[in-house]
Amino acid sequence: MKNMNRKIISALVLKAIIIVAIGVMGSCSTDETQTVATFNNLIFEDEFDIDGELNTAIWNFDIGDGTAQGIPGWGNNELQYYTDRPSNITVENGFLLITAMREDFNGSQFTSARIQTEGKFEQRFGRFEARMRLPFGQGMWPAFWMLGDDEDGAIIWPQRGEIDIMEYRGQNPTEVLGSVHGPGFAGAESITKSFFLEEDRFDTGFHVFGIEWGPNFINYYVDDVLYNQITPDDVPEGGEWVFNERPFHILLNLAVGGDFVGSPNDETVFPQTMLVDYVRVYENTNAN
Amino acid sequence: MKNNKYINVLYILLLSFGITVFSGCERSFSDDVEFATFPANGDVFIDNFSAGLDFFPFVDAGADPEAFSVVTDEVFSGSSAMRFDVPSFGNGFVGATFNTTANRDLSGFDALTFYARASQAASIDAIGFGIDGSTNNRFQVTVNNLDVSTRWEKYVIPIPDPTMLVNESGLFWLAEGASFEGDEGGYALFFDEIKFERLGTIAQPNPAIFSGQDVTEQVFTGSSLVISGLTQTFNLASGINQTATAAPAYFDFSSSDNSVAIVNELGEVSVIGVGTATISALLGGVAAQGSLAVTSGGGLPFAPTPTIPEANVSSIFSNAYPDATAINFAPGFGGSTTETTLTSNNGDEILSYTNNNFTGIIFDNTVDASGLTFLHVDVFVQDAGTQVGLQIRDIGANQMIETDVNNGFPIGDDVDFRIDLTGLTVGQWTSIDIPLGGDLTTQRNNLGALILVGGPNFILDNIYFFTE
Repeated sequence: MKNMNRKIISALVLKAIIIVAIGVMGSCSTDETQTVATFNNLIFEDEFDIDGELNTAIWNFDIGDGTAQGIPGWGNNELQYYTDRPSNITVENGFLLITAMREDFNGSQFTSARIQTEGKFEQRFGRFEARMRLPFGQGMWPAFWMLGDDEDGAIIWPQRGEIDIMEYRGQNPTEVLGSVHGPGFAGAESITKSFFLEEDRFDTGFHVFGIEWGPNFINYYVDDVLYNQITPDDVPEGGEWVFNERPFHILLNLAVGGDFVGSPNDETVFPQTMLVDYVRVYENTNAN
Repeated sequence: MKNNKYINVLYILLLSFGITVFSGCERSFSDDVEFATFPANGDVFIDNFSAGLDFFPFVDAGADPEAFSVVTDEVFSGSSAMRFDVPSFGNGFVGATFNTTANRDLSGFDALTFYARASQAASIDAIGFGIDGSTNNRFQVTVNNLDVSTRWEKYVIPIPDPTMLVNESGLFWLAEGASFEGDEGGYALFFDEIKFERLGTIAQPNPAIFSGQDVTEQVFTGSSLVISGLTQTFNLASGINQTATAAPAYFDFSSSDNSVAIVNELGEVSVIGVGTATISALLGGVAAQGSLAVTSGGGLPFAPTPTIPEANVSSIFSNAYPDATAINFAPGFGGSTTETTLTSNNGDEILSYTNNNFTGIIFDNTVDASGLTFLHVDVFVQDAGTQVGLQIRDIGANQMIETDVNNGFPIGDDVDFRIDLTGLTVGQWTSIDIPLGGDLTTQRNNLGALILVGGPNFILDNIYFFTE
């Protein structure tokens, strides 16, 4: 724990230097920049500090183009084939690297990777955050998101609930989106909000993407900017808030193409890598 | 004006925040850190000419100095904007540079930005910054064919490497005209809020030389060539990859073997020895796409010195004789892929042909070879099996080249004589004397052109008509 705190502090110092516009005003203590997030009991982390393979005690690979899962194109007409090959996913120098490549592979034009914690780490409520550097270019669609427990397939999407902590389109390098999907507000009708970086971009440096999720609220933040709160009041008539009952698991992926982002074009650079410095989950000690 | 002041103040505030954070963390600067002075004025034209700015139309090149005005009836923001009236085809063009006498430190900015609209959809031929006669346009940047719509929109021209722009005069330039019948012309272009900015979203640099191609050239020791296709591309916040032509001074060129080829800061490559060398480049520390591999087998030998007395010669191209006529060796025939260069081989001029399908040497004045019997030409090739088709054309009394476009044969009062130059020895000059036979036997008093077909790579010297 002690070690952990030191790490957070040093990350925050770095952040404070990068983001000078927030008026840190000479203080380097964590408290003043952490008002966006109050849950501080660390219960899950992957720091990706061991080179080589992904820690499969925590993560599962999703393989293929979605056909085997019954959702070809992963439900969004995505173009990639997910693999667990080191060329698509590996851990190096303290980072998780997910790399999208342009190659003919099992009938797809692109390959990439997607991992999730289903059955290995699932949690209801908490502070979920990841520090990431994103790729760029038309058709790149990285995401850090969560899906609700489907009780072995008994509950289908969108009833199970989906919390998108971070989604991004490579052609909009200064914008990320935070969204929730549920019954009455799924797919294109999701409850969503964009966050725009000023004088900076998401593909040139690391940024922290997080939510603080509790009963009847989900707060969205990027770095130390709280930019949205979603509550049952935002759910449209006929919809249902499905974020109070069940635990959710974490997903990280880099999709190529699909309805949300459009196909890559001739100028899209391949291969391209999404870097993840860490994924951490905290509980709210006050609430428990 | 108000906006702009606010930005400057904000910038200073940002800097001071940065300093506060540093000192708050009790971190000291390393010894080699030097703060630049505060960025100088990035304004070019906000609502008026910025400090020291003046308008310099390209009058010598044919630009209309009256085509520019400052207007108050069509502005994006504030009280006034720039207006250019682009003339219709055949009536010149608009072209000017806006330079300041109060030079600017632009190293704190990352792009030139402006708002523009046109009275009709248009494509601006060339627009950018860095025109400065006193430095030979050392840091010129040009975006070609910038599409402008009828709505006010913001445009961004990134600086290839801002650290170099510490003393700049040329803040904005453009050239636009109707370059062919049917090209847009007779319309108005408006610009407003022209300024250098630090956007912070100029990223993913992707510089290139030779337009990103890996070029291979057989060369001779003593020859020189210039790196072309110099560009810098950045990804903008809009997702657009914006490419601009960047002056050579932005690049750091290097040769893999300085005993074979050396390259200077202008991108001029000089071949100085036998062997192979690869020329590559960096821009702002980023490796440029594209390269040039030159291989020299040695110097190009001199063609044999002509021995025919001058009185018996009508010379087309030779340092040994006075010219009978001026020539055009790059006629630009439609469909021609030929690159022809006039180069000096240690003082002896030669004509070097690359990738020839067909081209010609057109005589400015016809040559009367009635009293002459041969055409002499020296040919040098480097590739085995090279053949060059040569056609000697008499263009007749009407002094016009008349050709059947379907088969290339002379029509009207034109006649020609055709021969293939074969048996060419690789690595040596081959001297060929071609008798003026065929139809030229009876008509050679209006010789007007030499047509060259195929090859595709060869060098010519000492082209002259003579009699023994």
